[in-house]
Amino acid sequence: MDVELRDIHKTFGKVRANVGIRLHVPAGTIQGILGENGAGKSTLMKVLSGFIHADQGAILLDGRPVVIHSPADAIRAGIGMLHQDPLDFPPMRVIDNFVMARGGSLFPGRAAARRDLKKLAAQFGFALDPDAYVDSLTVGERQQLEIVRLLWLGARVLIFDEPTTGISAAQKERLFAALRLLADQDKTVLFVSHKLEDVEGLCDRVVVLRQGYLVGEARPPYTTRQLVEMMFGKAISIGKRVPCAVGETSLRLRNLSVEDYRLKVRGVNLAVRAGEVIGLAGMEGSGQGLFMRAVAGLLRTTGGRISLDGRNLTGRSHLVSKRHGVAFLPASRLEEGLVPGLDLTEHFVLAEKKGGFFIDWEGGRALAEERIAEFNIRGTPASHVEALSGGNQQRALLALLRVSLRLLLLEHPTRGLDIESTIYIWSKLKERCGQGTSILFVSSDLEEILQYSDRVLVFFNGRVSPPLEAAEMNTDRLGELIGGKGWPEEEWVEEMTADG
Amino acid sequence: MAKNTAASRRRKTIWINVSFQSAAFVLALLLTTVMLLAVGAPPFQAYRSILVGAFGSVGDIFDTLIAWAPLLLTTMGVLITFSAGLWNIGIEGQVTLGAIFTTWILRLLQESGLPPWLIIVLGILAGIVGGALWASLAGVLKTFGGVNEIFGGLGLNFVATALTLWLIFGPWKRPGTGSMSGTLPFPEELWLPAIPGFRLSPWALVLSFIAVVVVYFLLRGTHFGLRLKAVGKNMRAAYLLGVPTWQHMLASFLLCGVFAGLAGALQVTAVYHRLIPSISSNYGFTGLLVAMLVNFHALWAVPVALFFAALNIGSVHLPIVLKLDSSLSGVLQGLLVLLVLMVEGARQRLMSRKIIPAEPASGEEVQS
Amino acid sequence: MTTEQILVGLASVLAAAAPVMFAVIGETISERAGVINLSMNGTILLSAMGGFAVAMTSDSLLLGFLGGMVIGALVALVVAFSSITLHQSQVAVGFVLAIICRDLAYFLGNPYVAQSGPRLNTAPVPGLAAVPYLGTLLFNQTLVTYLSFGVILLAWLWIYKTRPGLMLQGIGERPAAAFVRGTNVNAMRYLYTILGGAIIGLAGPSYSLSVKAGWMGTISGLDGIGWIALAITIFGGWNPLRAAFGAYLFALLQWLGLVLQSSLPNVPSQVLQVAPFPLMILTLLLVNIGNAEWVARTLAALPAGPRRVVTRLLRALRASPPAALGVPFESE
Repeated sequence: MDVELRDIHKTFGKVRANVGIRLHVPAGTIQGILGENGAGKSTLMKVLSGFIHADQGAILLDGRPVVIHSPADAIRAGIGMLHQDPLDFPPMRVIDNFVMARGGSLFPGRAAARRDLKKLAAQFGFALDPDAYVDSLTVGERQQLEIVRLLWLGARVLIFDEPTTGISAAQKERLFAALRLLADQDKTVLFVSHKLEDVEGLCDRVVVLRQGYLVGEARPPYTTRQLVEMMFGKAISIGKRVPCAVGETSLRLRNLSVEDYRLKVRGVNLAVRAGEVIGLAGMEGSGQGLFMRAVAGLLRTTGGRISLDGRNLTGRSHLVSKRHGVAFLPASRLEEGLVPGLDLTEHFVLAEKKGGFFIDWEGGRALAEERIAEFNIRGTPASHVEALSGGNQQRALLALLRVSLRLLLLEHPTRGLDIESTIYIWSKLKERCGQGTSILFVSSDLEEILQYSDRVLVFFNGRVSPPLEAAEMNTDRLGELIGGKGWPEEEWVEEMTADG
Repeated sequence: MAKNTAASRRRKTIWINVSFQSAAFVLALLLTTVMLLAVGAPPFQAYRSILVGAFGSVGDIFDTLIAWAPLLLTTMGVLITFSAGLWNIGIEGQVTLGAIFTTWILRLLQESGLPPWLIIVLGILAGIVGGALWASLAGVLKTFGGVNEIFGGLGLNFVATALTLWLIFGPWKRPGTGSMSGTLPFPEELWLPAIPGFRLSPWALVLSFIAVVVVYFLLRGTHFGLRLKAVGKNMRAAYLLGVPTWQHMLASFLLCGVFAGLAGALQVTAVYHRLIPSISSNYGFTGLLVAMLVNFHALWAVPVALFFAALNIGSVHLPIVLKLDSSLSGVLQGLLVLLVLMVEGARQRLMSRKIIPAEPASGEEVQS
Repeated sequence: MTTEQILVGLASVLAAAAPVMFAVIGETISERAGVINLSMNGTILLSAMGGFAVAMTSDSLLLGFLGGMVIGALVALVVAFSSITLHQSQVAVGFVLAIICRDLAYFLGNPYVAQSGPRLNTAPVPGLAAVPYLGTLLFNQTLVTYLSFGVILLAWLWIYKTRPGLMLQGIGERPAAAFVRGTNVNAMRYLYTILGGAIIGLAGPSYSLSVKAGWMGTISGLDGIGWIALAITIFGGWNPLRAAFGAYLFALLQWLGLVLQSSLPNVPSQVLQVAPFPLMILTLLLVNIGNAEWVARTLAALPAGPRRVVTRLLRALRASPPAALGVPFESE
């Protein structure tokens, strides 16, 4: 089916997720949609699949305008979407997941459906056991289930949102073969990804989104450099780097391993010196989040050793590492960092408790006033944190940190902030480095990583690069590594042990 | 200038809140009136009868005050667990266990020759211990057993009732056979001193006022109270800010049990002077209702609990005067809370504010 | 005790479990859709009183049962509206409703206390009632008991065997996934909450028109049943068959309490009647404890043999609630 999007606009609050996007995809095409996190790819696809409504714009299928107000409309129009985290029902069986959404009779007709499932699966070379429970499947198998399910429902346009995240190489090969087969059957495939290699290897054509705009198109043969430039913007200007004087080794990780249900991060070795800044680069969900939380003592490690200033912190809770000078600043400020419903004074009192039973409110307010002034927070001691803007919330989080810290772990310290706030926050962080605090931070902003880090760890699908000198890197090289290009076949074993 | 507009905005918000809450109150009264008309009862006379029953004579006023004291205590207890984001429905059982422990110590010591005041003090202390023990049981089930505090608490309520009945009909039965009227009353010197000629013990009121003051300062002025609030509002953030979360949840149960146990002890030493089957008199559940209405403000609980106590006492006369069941008071109380909740929901919807989930976010990951 | 006495006794257990069964199944359906109806204790009392009053004034048992269902559905509607549309806490609203409905039952039921009204008779199934053993046990019951058998089976069939039933599981498990499959999640939640409420509303008349015929106000002995039913719902792991097992176990324990009373004259009857409640806590503990992190940690330290046994036991007992239970759903 021929798909055409005309002038799609969508804003969330102040964020312009899609601005006037026009896209035409003929039937039988594998269309790549490339862009970094937050570029607007997922929003555009959710609009097409009826999950959200566009503020403006039209969708045409085979040249006819269609109205898609809900996923039900999209399914009826023949559009199916595979979400990045497969939207299925983990505690239920494969066959039940398969038959659920199809309307019609009261009883699902499992016997016939089972035959259809097997036939469709065989067509693509998928091995799906109809009686297995979905939570026992790998992410790759769950995708396979979604593909056959959508086809069974009669989908002629299939949208894949970051389908290669969290699946094995063999499963990826099988997925790509299936996608090519779909295109051969005259289905339209929309392939959303930030992985250059995948897009280059698979797609008949590619469009690139950046900050809500469709910024460019490309056809094979692709040049990686051109794609990277479109993704991250051409004019990448690196400000003056201010390397810090670094001291003795403070944080030492030996063979650290941590995993969740979809990703394993194995055997990370790292030695961080006092005052050093380590940037953790990688697309969201590549393992850097797991890694940070393991170092913070928020996730149980599955192996290895964490020590700080020679003190073993392996397996200790965050409350213990906090006592030894570790602080963790989460990316979701209102969900994890601050307590909605409490005001700034209350936050400072909470964070600064030194003992005693009664709260010295006068002192607390004075402290709040002082920090509000020092950190330039637009608010009063009585402001509730949920009423602050994102930038001010981030400043508040920084202001809440104790004075003497050994290790500061930050998730996206400047995400969603304006330039002024960003510069300000980094000036504050660098002050801390000067006092001997080591910093590990996760960011999806390559410029930020290169400008502020001394060394960089790149994460891709759970793989971790050895620490790379930021001064010897450039955005092109970093962008490729993040996109999974230019990684050696084998792990960087020698270098890593040499460094640890 | 900016400050002025902020202040006026705040005044406007308060004004809107007050008008919405009054609307809820009027609606509750309206619904109750319609219900009274539907059963053919004269609404005006019913309300008058409740008012007269609660405040008609010195004796009635004292009865209302007698009911006020334990209700204030249970409300204070529930406020503490509410602050930590917990639904301590087990408070009924905690009151009951307080009463049982008090009765136990009074029985044990009544022949001991100790001065009566000492026996009473020990009895009340025992009640506090009993309530706290029962509450910590619910707390341990919640923090270590993964049993939701609502279900653990309900189960423990039933066990407490069973224990009471067993004691009344078994080991502590009256000479001869046990009866639903409870254990044998204690001698008068073991009663908490009352105003001569009446049943009202000023000590009970004094203790409950102390509880209000304690909870008011605990929630407003102490590190512990602030940390409880942080745990209740956002457990994950509280943990990252350095608050040991499960320890605080357990402590809030324990403290709630202290107040509930005290309420139970007063029911024995000041009101019934014996153990009866329904010794908790529903003060736990009513306290939950009051706490839901006052929205964490301990001082507001003082008038609201008085109002609820007056409704309960005033409606006792309804069956005699108008042949209506006394449960009218419960209906009115419940409707009031329900409508306040619904009106609050409607206000948020109308003003399309950002909705903050009321349930504490689960945080298994950070609980280690 | 003779075999016949035991059979009659067990038959009475099946009959006594019927009202609890309606409550548990109704709650299971509601919670499967993601809505906790905590008002159950009040709903049962109000529908018992209402059902009795309707049946008495109209002299129609059928209208009495229908009246109970309407009451249950209306209370559930308030729960659904407050939680789904107004975003208020389901626990808060349900708890308040439990109190309102209980007191409303006592207040409105005042004129009906100790009145004589219609009562459902046993309806032996022709032919089957004469079958030895099974006839006494299963086929010499009231229509309400037969209906309770039917409700268990229907609920089980609906949830596990039909297409809308599968979607019902999905709505409570992952509303967003149900939504992308074209389901109007909140409309379905309204529907199932009200349907579940109507089934809970059958519990009351089953008492007041059959199992414990009549309305006795505060001494009806029904206060508390709803809270038990809530616990059985959890014990039942949101599966109608396991829930039915729980309800029968509860009724059996109560019956055993009565039987044992004659052999244990020193234990007051009230104690034996509440004996199931401590057991309820214990089972809740067993059902939930497998989810606790420290258990996993402790187990990991055990040697492989015992660990496997304990793990398997805990897994068999464990019941995980629908993942989105009590969580509001907004599509955008």
